[in-house]
Amino acid sequence: MLVKGIKSRPVYTGLVIDANAQRHLFALEGEGALAFIDGLANADRAFLATAEILYVATGSKGAQHEVRLEAAKPLDLWIAPTIPVLLNRLGVMLHTATMGTRLYIAGTEGFIGQAMQVALDAGIDFSSILTEHRGSAARRVQCVHCKGITENITTSPFDCSHCGLPLLVRDHYSRRLGAFQGVNIDAEEPGTAPKGELLFP
Amino acid sequence: MSINTEMSVRVASVTQVAEKVKRFRFERVDGLPVPIFSGGAHIVVSMRDGGMLRRNPYSLMSSPADSSGYEISVLAVEQSRGGSVFMHTKLNVGDTLAISQPINLFPFDHRGRKHIMMAGGIGITPFIAMMDQMAREDRRFELHYAVRTRGHGAYWRELEQRYGARRAHIYCDEEKLFIPTEAILSNQPLGTHLYVCGPAGMISGVLGTASNLGWPRQNLHSEEFLAPPPGKEFTAVLTRSGKTISVHSHQSILEAVEAAGVDAPYLCRGGACGQCETAVSGCDGALEHHDIFLEPQDKASGKKIMICVSRIDGSEIRLDL
Repeated sequence: MLVKGIKSRPVYTGLVIDANAQRHLFALEGEGALAFIDGLANADRAFLATAEILYVATGSKGAQHEVRLEAAKPLDLWIAPTIPVLLNRLGVMLHTATMGTRLYIAGTEGFIGQAMQVALDAGIDFSSILTEHRGSAARRVQCVHCKGITENITTSPFDCSHCGLPLLVRDHYSRRLGAFQGVNIDAEEPGTAPKGELLFP
Repeated sequence: MSINTEMSVRVASVTQVAEKVKRFRFERVDGLPVPIFSGGAHIVVSMRDGGMLRRNPYSLMSSPADSSGYEISVLAVEQSRGGSVFMHTKLNVGDTLAISQPINLFPFDHRGRKHIMMAGGIGITPFIAMMDQMAREDRRFELHYAVRTRGHGAYWRELEQRYGARRAHIYCDEEKLFIPTEAILSNQPLGTHLYVCGPAGMISGVLGTASNLGWPRQNLHSEEFLAPPPGKEFTAVLTRSGKTISVHSHQSILEAVEAAGVDAPYLCRGGACGQCETAVSGCDGALEHHDIFLEPQDKASGKKIMICVSRIDGSEIRLDL
């Protein structure tokens, strides 16, 4: 039960290195580390001398992707314990950055959306950011009724973790909020919501 | 199907502002205010020169918030097709003519943290209006303006006085002072946008330098109005209206189409906006593309033409008009 063909649905086109950039800034989460590692195969490795990586393992902690990131020998690799800590550091770096800095983001959609918010706030045009979706298809969803955000939603409908309304997860996406929109599914006849289907494993 | 609703205006003043540059002020004949606009906008001026109707785009340079009239500045071009000569020699205070509503194909990005404008010669005009708006909105900006000689350069003194030497930087070719593009673009805060208006060589040079320094294309903006270059006379068959017309050597296809009473869409009349894109169903010669809108593959396909500036080297073209 997913409404298709919605234009705001983000498209992630992959981490393609901009050879002209003076500084390459990577914000990677979980399996997003592999987007960087896989990209190395096709890229001129010269960019690594000016590449700085911020990485948070989240659910991929056991996979030790950071070992492979380190082995690539970027200029800098910084490991964050949690997503908010990474985002905070990213914001500080972007607010003192200059033009010629290129931002690359890879990981789950919820992470990409939140890192994108930080980037927009620093004045970067969203379409100039290179992104790649890796890992779970779980979504960050805003309840359009109570405005509460729930992370890592894998089913639709689901009960809003703030107000409890059963929400249909739409493809309708807000770049400002970095979240998909969840709309009450049984407003006409409360209590008739179907069981949640696993749509975003 | 012209998008423009024309306004009838009277020439309120003509001022010589530099060698070869005149400023014209237009006020509405009916005394009503003109619409306010956004910095970077232009108008299309319709000129009746003898039997010929000419329409040229000119950037608005008056304050965007001033609805008492519009001002444009026109450079007398030596190899003019007649537009700038007409403006310079035949247009006097009190004359009336028609202008389009303002159209903005060169707006500044409101999300920008800082705005850098680079102008060459008469390319300064859209920036005069833009800076007025930016100053009023308290935005951070910098102008880098190159002139051939101080005598040829229009408004540099006024701009320096109004915005100060930190915001208005003047460079004069004659004094061997050039815009240090690379140095300027190497150290700008994230979220800076760059705008260039001037000769084609300057635009491609500046944008090339910016790209080489890793500026994303989303932050690069330019405007250049091209005059339709002359060429050989040829015939245009307008398949939808069933007319066959000839396009003279100093006329654009669009002008010939309008002279034949066929309404074709247009906005900029300078090869920039894409509004006059027309499907080509046949051509016995080569298409001479002069616009900066179509992608190279579109130009190579031979199926599309921008009739405001492009023409053919051949004897007949069939157009979907």
